[in-house]
Amino acid sequence: MTASSRRTTESSAGTRPGGGPVPLPTPKFASAARSALADTGLRRNLRGATAEARARTSAATAEAADWDALREAGRAIGDATLLNLDVHLEELERGVTGAGGVVHWAVDAAEAREVVTGLVRASGAKEVVKASSATLREIGLDAALARAGVTAYETAIADLVVGVGGDEPSHLLSPALHRDRAEIAELFRRTLPAAADLGDDPAGLAAAARAHLRDRLLRARVAVTGANFLVAETGTPVVLESEGNARMCLSLPDTLITVAGIDKVVPAWADLEVFLQLLPRAAGAGPMTPYAASWPGVTPGDGPRAFHLVLVDNGRTRALADEVGRAALRCVRCSACVNVCPVYERTGGRAYGPVYPGPIGAILTPQLRGVESAADASLPYASTLCGACADVCPVKIDIPGVLVHLRGAVVESRRRRPVPTPELALMRGLAWTMGDARRYETALRRSTRWARLLSRGGRIRRLPGLLGKWTEARDLPAPPAESFRAWWARRRP
Amino acid sequence: MRVALSVACFDDALFPDTGKAVTALLERLGHEVEYPPGQTCCGQVHWTTGYHREAAALARAYAALFEGAAAVVAPSASCAAAVRDSYPRLARAARDPALARAAEGLAVYELTEFLVDVLGVTDVGAYFPHRVTYHPSCQAARVLGVGDRPLRLLRAVRGLDLVELPAAGECCGFGGAFAMKNSDVSVAMVADKVRHVRDTGADVVCAVDNSCLAHIGGALSRLRGGVRTMHLAEILAATGPA
Amino acid sequence: MTGGGSRAEVLRRVREALGGSRGTSPPVPRGYDRTLPEAEAATRADVVALFSERVAANRAAVRHVSADELGTAVAAALWGREVKQIVVPADLPYGWLAELEGVRALADAPALDAEALGAVDGVVTGCAAAVARTGTVILDGGRAQGRRALTAVPGYHLCVVHADQIVGTVPEAVRRLDPSRPLTWISGPSATHAIEMVRVEGGHGPLHLEILVVED
Repeated sequence: MTASSRRTTESSAGTRPGGGPVPLPTPKFASAARSALADTGLRRNLRGATAEARARTSAATAEAADWDALREAGRAIGDATLLNLDVHLEELERGVTGAGGVVHWAVDAAEAREVVTGLVRASGAKEVVKASSATLREIGLDAALARAGVTAYETAIADLVVGVGGDEPSHLLSPALHRDRAEIAELFRRTLPAAADLGDDPAGLAAAARAHLRDRLLRARVAVTGANFLVAETGTPVVLESEGNARMCLSLPDTLITVAGIDKVVPAWADLEVFLQLLPRAAGAGPMTPYAASWPGVTPGDGPRAFHLVLVDNGRTRALADEVGRAALRCVRCSACVNVCPVYERTGGRAYGPVYPGPIGAILTPQLRGVESAADASLPYASTLCGACADVCPVKIDIPGVLVHLRGAVVESRRRRPVPTPELALMRGLAWTMGDARRYETALRRSTRWARLLSRGGRIRRLPGLLGKWTEARDLPAPPAESFRAWWARRRP
Repeated sequence: MRVALSVACFDDALFPDTGKAVTALLERLGHEVEYPPGQTCCGQVHWTTGYHREAAALARAYAALFEGAAAVVAPSASCAAAVRDSYPRLARAARDPALARAAEGLAVYELTEFLVDVLGVTDVGAYFPHRVTYHPSCQAARVLGVGDRPLRLLRAVRGLDLVELPAAGECCGFGGAFAMKNSDVSVAMVADKVRHVRDTGADVVCAVDNSCLAHIGGALSRLRGGVRTMHLAEILAATGPA
Repeated sequence: MTGGGSRAEVLRRVREALGGSRGTSPPVPRGYDRTLPEAEAATRADVVALFSERVAANRAAVRHVSADELGTAVAAALWGREVKQIVVPADLPYGWLAELEGVRALADAPALDAEALGAVDGVVTGCAAAVARTGTVILDGGRAQGRRALTAVPGYHLCVVHADQIVGTVPEAVRRLDPSRPLTWISGPSATHAIEMVRVEGGHGPLHLEILVVED
């Protein structure tokens, strides 16, 4: 399957000339997943890459004898942080400001875009380098910079692949995971000037990407990055990475703009001893990622002369208000849940909407955006509740529990509609029937008779109505003439 | 010991043999089985689909029905998980502390937990001369944490040739409402599960959840898979030459 | 400073979201290892050995030298990599480079511009601390380490670690470091998982990391 045909099946944010991004109607998870399922090449790539990532995470976490104690500490620090978030944010601000940085606050994506665009414009730069960050994608920065006449260059290799391929990222940490080496080689040969003879060896492909991006990184005057953690006590942002592009972004340009959600705060410097162990291992990078960098505002003679930290809400306080759902704000974006999810493995990331894929996306996106749209409301249902995600989460987010909780929120929001959905009517009717043993027994006898009429050779091959989805690919056994309770009554009169 | 049998609505209608097998098995082991009248549904489907008000009403009725029973045995891991794991959450969501207390008082066991932990048996005197593989359903393995109890019980069955299921821990794709709302993904998942089942060369695939077995069996049947699905209880209830 | 109204609004939303639970502090259990368990490293020599083992697992080269061999070892390492031109922090101890042959060393004083940094083959530095369990060296811009860009750009990084700088665990390192300095934790050469999630050495940062452990 080619890039262009795949792209047409996916949703993406469009742009209105001179205005903000106009979200095109995003399809519901099931419809978005359908095209991914039909793409056998994509499914092969997903299967191979997620298996690789799962094996690395599993090896790295098995090797730490104190892994469960670290997870428990991570969970508890996360909860304690959220319960005191206002205090920590103010402390963070004092620390950054005291070290020569400037803190900006943005209530939503539009304000975050405006702040960053304004800062870039003030610097006079016509191009900026970016280090891969989901928060930057979330706020839709690139389009806003483009409207301001500024070109933004992604500097992570996977983002380069996504950029030249003209598609949407499909994974938080490995945005080009949906492409295999042959596809990437083909893309590079077509789009990178010095890569016409490139083979498909990953080391060679990485070298070509390095060579292509190096000049941009060396000449950049403004860098925009995300952050993995913001230490409140010391006013210190922390970035973990593997490729070294973020280190160049943090140390070469004159101006550094870091954009981070308010959920990235950790209270104390000493808390890093937990998260610097949890994140690398859960992400499958081994005991430690190749690089971890922290910096205090501005350091004379070392790195940028101006540092701006943009703190973004954009729905996080909405999630914070939900006592159950707020656990999602503990997320450290390791992607372990994504790599282990059997649903993600078959659909890829784009079915989950534009930014946060996999199980964490299924609980984060509906909280950041609400469940009013059909697409956002479909996300909590994009899971079998198998629980593999909760088992690997380094901060012990009970993802299945939050999914069920959010399903409740979806149903409550639908109850307020003047006309009940067919599902609501069905489920209420079912509950009414089940509410009384005699009603249940009558219904059981009736539906058994009815179902036996639909069956041939003891199998039902086609069911009508909402249940027809089942028999599209699966038979259902015909109910035996005698139910268990009928047998029991006959046996023990 | 007096055992109260909790039969899932799904099993009552579609898989009555499971409840019959549990009855036969426990009676063979010398226990008294009762089937408290008035059982309907534990509310699991409503809870996991988001119909929390309806689920709370069903949960209250279930808790009242089994209140005071010394041991409730549910041959359905997902129903046992609903009571043990979901009822406390449900009670919190419904702000119903009475339901939380009632749920805490229920002594609900999944069948293999009851056999191994409460009765302390792994050899139940069964005879089943077939090649069998075991699918650890997600509710059994991850929510209840039944671990290797089903395998220990199966290994003690005379004549049974137990074969390991590749990628056993991966979900079969059922997931209740998921099988309808995300039917395409669900079918893709069960296709892989069925492929692994057939790769084992087993005659029978068993589990402690008939919902997962219905899903796997439905796909096997459509593919004319030649592998039978059976609840573990039905294997444990089988006897033959001593 | 911008967004004064937004600052107040975000903080207001946070307080409103937390309601009555705001300000409560559930206990944080810290049952993880603060130091290396005896079984993992009973003696100092075990800690140093673990460090070397983990550096190697991170796909960096590691060698042990005595203090009086250091100059020769640095020269041999650079010669082995066919490095012609290096950049060094202005305060790098002179003795480290005393044996260089055929290698031009540029002191970063005045600071080299990005283009000049991009043109050198390698960099030689010391470090502030090292972590055995993760095979990490940590630079804080202090003595013999220079500014961050020096070790971010060149393709080869030779880092000298004194055995007494090695601590056992991440918690020990975090407590030893000064957060008011720019810190860089380095665990192996740059790497990428961009292609099929397969780890490949060589992202944008140094393609090769070599560590000389100086035993006293």
